[in-house]
Amino acid sequence: MKAYLNRRYSFPASHRLHSAELSEEQNRAAYGKCNNPYGHGHNYTIEVTVSGQVDAHTGMVCDLVELDSFVQRHVLSVFDHADLNTLPEFAATVPTSENLGLAIQRIFANAFRAAKVEHIRLEETSNNLFDFAM
Amino acid sequence: MVQLTRKAEFSASHYYYNPAFSAEENLRRFGKCSNLNGHGHNYVLEVTVKGEVDPVTGFVVDLKKLKDIMNREVVDVFDHRHLNKEVPEFAEGKMIPTTENLAIAIWNRLADEIKEAKLHRVRVYEAPDLFADFYGEA
Repeated sequence: MKAYLNRRYSFPASHRLHSAELSEEQNRAAYGKCNNPYGHGHNYTIEVTVSGQVDAHTGMVCDLVELDSFVQRHVLSVFDHADLNTLPEFAATVPTSENLGLAIQRIFANAFRAAKVEHIRLEETSNNLFDFAM
Repeated sequence: MVQLTRKAEFSASHYYYNPAFSAEENLRRFGKCSNLNGHGHNYVLEVTVKGEVDPVTGFVVDLKKLKDIMNREVVDVFDHRHLNKEVPEFAEGKMIPTTENLAIAIWNRLADEIKEAKLHRVRVYEAPDLFADFYGEA
């Protein structure tokens, strides 16, 4: 039988929303407080949904150790306590939560093979949620 | 079509141990969860039903009836119990009481009991950062 497993991970990181293609005024108009020059931080949470047949021997859709170690190695080691603007992922894009979620979506699409990833949700704050279907 | 979700909580203990595996294999696959003395969780159950809103009552389902079914079929059976030893679905040689299998077992207990609306999803939280969903899919 097909079931879905959801796992949540948190990491703090800082960013500044500023586009090199916009003027100072346009940046302030587009990003408001998020354009303040020294940046600011969030406690980000990602929620990963994987799916598959429940293994008859283990009762599991996905080995949690594999999922946790993948996220530790490929996501948390990159983004946890990072200044997102300094990362190569955001050399050409603004580190909005849309773009951060797309970067995390690419990481899973390129390298996670232990189960089918259905969905990724990125929470920038408890009020701002971003969803990415795989 | 409207979806309606009712939550309930229960606390229970369990362990993961497949008698077809050696003790070493159980430890390798299930880690600390294979400790035969068990451990417990505060589970949160979310039951989502879907249906049309009744034009007379304004309900998709009578929440009191849904609550009674959830209590009778799940909470009264699972709460403050050892799942492996006291809930028949999880007896030795049957399902391992993982979060995924809890969602499936609860679906099977509820699907035929809920008459007024259609069961849409059973979600079981083992912890706030780990939860499983079952939609009745094969």
